[in-house]
Amino acid sequence: MSAANKRPLSPFMIGPYYKPQMTSILSITHRATGAALVVGTLFLVYWLVSAARGPGFYDQAQVMLGSMLGQLVLFLWTWALFYHLANGIRHLFWDAGYGFELETTTKTGWWVVWSSIILTFLCWLIAAP
Amino acid sequence: MAQFNLPPNSIIGTGKTYYAGAGTKNVRRFQIYRWDPDTGENPRMDAYEVDLAACGPMILDALLKIKNEVDPGLAFRRSCREGVCGSCAMNIDGTNTLACTKAIDDVAGEVTIYPLPHQAVVKDLVPDLTHFYAQYASIKPWLQSATPPPERERLQSKEDRAKLDGLYECILCACCSTSCPSYWWNSERYLGPSVLLQAYRWIVDSRDEFTGERLDDLEDPFRLYRCHTIMNCTKTCPKSLNPAKAIAEIKKLMVERR
Repeated sequence: MSAANKRPLSPFMIGPYYKPQMTSILSITHRATGAALVVGTLFLVYWLVSAARGPGFYDQAQVMLGSMLGQLVLFLWTWALFYHLANGIRHLFWDAGYGFELETTTKTGWWVVWSSIILTFLCWLIAAP
Repeated sequence: MAQFNLPPNSIIGTGKTYYAGAGTKNVRRFQIYRWDPDTGENPRMDAYEVDLAACGPMILDALLKIKNEVDPGLAFRRSCREGVCGSCAMNIDGTNTLACTKAIDDVAGEVTIYPLPHQAVVKDLVPDLTHFYAQYASIKPWLQSATPPPERERLQSKEDRAKLDGLYECILCACCSTSCPSYWWNSERYLGPSVLLQAYRWIVDSRDEFTGERLDDLEDPFRLYRCHTIMNCTKTCPKSLNPAKAIAEIKKLMVERR
């Protein structure tokens, strides 16, 4: 079996060897946004805990989350939330057996992309002071 | 553990370039994955310039021309040359398909050809599909019945027969399974789209009496549920079948029988 053991693994990675397609890219993004939501929830906990600990801590948290970087992270977190929500609904339809035709998946895929972007901006427009 | 990089012995180097002769007009360059088990060297990409004026229209025609006229050492599988045997499945221009039904004109510019992704390579474009076939055998791809055989064939209504449409056409070329990231990383335990579509073909067959047992065999976090509806399988199927949908139907049956 020495020859078989030396056999190389054929190239597979998405990008250099397998074409990035809407199917795989949206799926990976669903996972990434899911992970990002966990991290974002830690920020939310931090903000709530700071409020519980007193005005000093709360002001510090407000300054941090209100900074350019803090706002950017919050903005991306909002987008991650809406993307995960929209694509989650797409998954619910799949789980019920609907929307498997390639044409439909492409269409619903674009819906997810655009609705997540539009909802993010709407959310920030409404929330802006 | 998911693997994101090629192991050291699989990293691809640059190989030779075979130029088209003088006087050729319609030249297309083919980058082809090569690995020779006898040299012990790493795989490499060889470039072949092919005169399309003297070549058939399909990718397989170009491969045959290269093998016949330039490099007889080039190894690949082929048989029917019309999309019914599934032998010439490979990664062409970044997606898995059959070399015999993929037109050269459908690829813009250089044509890059690799073996089916994330498989052990036997030689050049020939992957080792032993494990894939073993997984196919594991779903018992034949009619199972407990009742005594009838006098004549087991009959089926037209409606029941129609349920097999879109399933029986699968030629087991492995394009879909090897396009699935989940299969790349869990192929030891996850059956993959192709084998699951075949499993569903027997589950919905009205003549099969072992539906419950078949579902029992699939009720497993890995064998079935490593499918995360990525849809690369349906996207790449050269027969335009829908493995993702077949898998979803199995998942639905799992819920319905609770």
